[in-house]
Amino acid sequence: MSEEIILDIKNLQTVFRDEDSEVRAVDGVSFSLPKGKTLGVVGESGSGKSVTALSILRLIDHPGKVEGGEINFKGKDLTKISDKEMRSIRGNQISMIFQEPMTSLNPVYTIGQQIRETLKVHQGLGKQSGNEKSVELLKLVGIPSPEDRIKQYPHELSGGMRQRVMIAIALACNPELLIADEPTTALDVTIQAQILELINRLQDEMGMSVIMITHDMGVVAETCDYVAVMYGGKVVEYADVKTLFKDPKHPYTVGLLNSIPRHDIDVDELEPIRGSVPSPKDMPKGCRFASRCPFATDLCVEELPSLDEIEDGNEVRCWIYSDRWDGDPEVKEHGPKRTS
Amino acid sequence: MAQKELLKVKNLKQYFPIKGGFFGRTVNHVKAVDDVSFEIKEGETLSLVGESGCGKSTTGRAILRLDDPTEGTIEFNGEDLLALNKKEMRNRRKDIQVIFQDPYASLNPRQSVYQILAEAMEIQNVVPKQKRRERAIELLETVGLNGDQVDRYPHEFSGGQRQRIGIARALAVEPKLIICDEAVSALDVSVQAQVLNLLKKLQREFNLTFLFIAHDLGVVRHISDRIIVMYLGKVVEIADKKTLFENPQHPYTKALLSAIPTPDPEVKKERIVLEGDVPSPINPPSGCRFHTRCPFATEVCAEKVPELKNHGFMEEGHRAACHHVDEIASGELGPKY
Ligand SMILES: Nc1ncnc2c1ncn2[C@@H]1O[C@H](COP(=O)(O)OP(=O)(O)O)[C@@H](O)[C@H]1O
Ligand SMILES: Nc1ncnc2c1ncn2[C@@H]1O[C@H](COP(=O)(O)OP(=O)(O)O)[C@@H](O)[C@H]1O
Ligand code: SF4
Ligand code: SF4
Ligand SMILES: [Mg+2]
Ligand SMILES: [Mg+2]
Repeated sequence: MSEEIILDIKNLQTVFRDEDSEVRAVDGVSFSLPKGKTLGVVGESGSGKSVTALSILRLIDHPGKVEGGEINFKGKDLTKISDKEMRSIRGNQISMIFQEPMTSLNPVYTIGQQIRETLKVHQGLGKQSGNEKSVELLKLVGIPSPEDRIKQYPHELSGGMRQRVMIAIALACNPELLIADEPTTALDVTIQAQILELINRLQDEMGMSVIMITHDMGVVAETCDYVAVMYGGKVVEYADVKTLFKDPKHPYTVGLLNSIPRHDIDVDELEPIRGSVPSPKDMPKGCRFASRCPFATDLCVEELPSLDEIEDGNEVRCWIYSDRWDGDPEVKEHGPKRTS
Repeated sequence: MAQKELLKVKNLKQYFPIKGGFFGRTVNHVKAVDDVSFEIKEGETLSLVGESGCGKSTTGRAILRLDDPTEGTIEFNGEDLLALNKKEMRNRRKDIQVIFQDPYASLNPRQSVYQILAEAMEIQNVVPKQKRRERAIELLETVGLNGDQVDRYPHEFSGGQRQRIGIARALAVEPKLIICDEAVSALDVSVQAQVLNLLKKLQREFNLTFLFIAHDLGVVRHISDRIIVMYLGKVVEIADKKTLFENPQHPYTKALLSAIPTPDPEVKKERIVLEGDVPSPINPPSGCRFHTRCPFATEVCAEKVPELKNHGFMEEGHRAACHHVDEIASGELGPKY
């Protein structure tokens, strides 16, 4: 791989603490994103996807804290730079869009006022040029009659339109990296298709790199180049998208794929993962997935496996692929079984 | 197989009044459900799909008589539900149960699982008092929970387990029909698969009939026998599962299916991207309600409401509401994109 890496995260640790409990929401996340590509971050709710995104932008508030690791963005470690420098990166070079646009738009200002404000803060544009640029941005994200829309308030727009406005605001400063946290989860599929197509098109036109956070394997397959699968605050598998779907290696990844009720093919019996995610306040010390994994051994329960490269660019956090594996030889030979 | 019709909905309309003006008069209506008819056979799963706001939940609520329909009839087991008074309907609720998306909102946090289940049994008087605890434990085990968790409270369970408690409560009264309104939508996929498998197992075991309301077409393909696609308060297409997914005829159904992302990066499919948003159900478009977004629309589409019917070439039981089904199928009429 000789691609230029725009973002390289190493062993990120983000912890929420109060008097009597500690939640290690992000507990050793590592991944890298080549420039101009899309990295999918998938995993069940609570696995630490959003906290990872907020950590990158240094938007973690008390009682949360980034306690370790590196976030190298274009060669600069974001955990080390000053608040001032971070503010200028945020919004100028890295932008974020959230699942529910209504909570991130201010209900008392018009759409136009909100886009102009962003343009003023980050690019110093005045009212007139701000207005022109706002209309241009709304046009870019496919909003019809933008001259009228800039005078409207968020509640006057549909969910899909609001998400387009959020994207317009996020794009206002031509960011190099866009972090999209479940951008289509609250939308209907036909609107989701519009928004994903929009993000794809803008990425091509502007050469942006994208982190696409989602729990939907379909969205991953259709939009991503690389995928990081998270479980219990950790990356358990990292691969290019084709490898991940064709030859998944981590038992959790395989379990996820076997659980999907497919709309495009008939699956007789879904094969769910047994049990549920362990409580974040009470994470097992060994492999976080051990209580649900059909292959777990004593070693898995006792010791946490590390995230290791087992093939070119394919990293897995699982004892099966180590010399110390003393469980089922069959799974070592052929890997966990896909049923669909 | 000549199955018995368990539920028959005919010409159902649900118009919600919009109050306005100085005297709070009704100034307009939300036409949430507008002339919907279908029947469900005993032991089958019929699904209602379509995007949010198309009238799925409203249809379910009308069957449960949570709202009183504006027009239409609902027959259950040959009996007209809309003719029943409140007390009679309460008794009928023994046969028709519902499971909602958010079990937490419908489970009283101050009641233990035992109290929740016993209350359901008591209201419907299905199990004598001294047997209720035993039955509650049995129900928990039926839905895949531990019998010894019977004295725990809802907050002590995970989301998937709470949904199982919701299912146990529905089963407690031995219903015939269960309306599942987005019952698995809030669950993570690994747990959703557990609950889907459970619902299928229970259906086989107790010969249950499901009206399954969902927006996730993967889930729907997995669980349904037949499927109804709705758009803006109207049925646009109805077919058995295989036909609907493999040979859809209505332009909206085709667009909806093509919009779902496929979890396989090697599959490159053609996507019909619909322009714009779903219009408001307050003043829905004239004629075919889909005409403002339909890539095949012609003049007649804005003028005449298309009838939901079987067009000669379609499978038995497959019906679509579109003026141009035949010309689209033969290729005579092409899309404008
Ligand atoms: N402000 C907070 N205070 C305490 N715990 C938090 C906070 N935000 C997130 N967490 C915890 O961190 C974990 C990861 O959360 P999150 O990143 O939001 O998950 P995801 O986005 O993958 O669903 C969860 O267990 C969550 O409860
Ligand atoms: N009580 C009500 N009063 C007014 N409008 C309603 C009411 N209930 C539902 N609606 C409207 O009826 C339409 C159909 O809603 P619903 O049946 O909940 O849709 P779905 O379940 O398909 O998402 C929506 O436009 C909704 O806003
Ligand atoms: S380390 Fe062990 S428990 Fe964890 S995923 Fe691998 S086999 Fe399963
Ligand atoms: S009736 Fe006309 S507008 Fe409606 S679906 Fe058919 S072609 Fe499209
Ligand atoms: Mg999240
Ligand atoms: Mg609904």
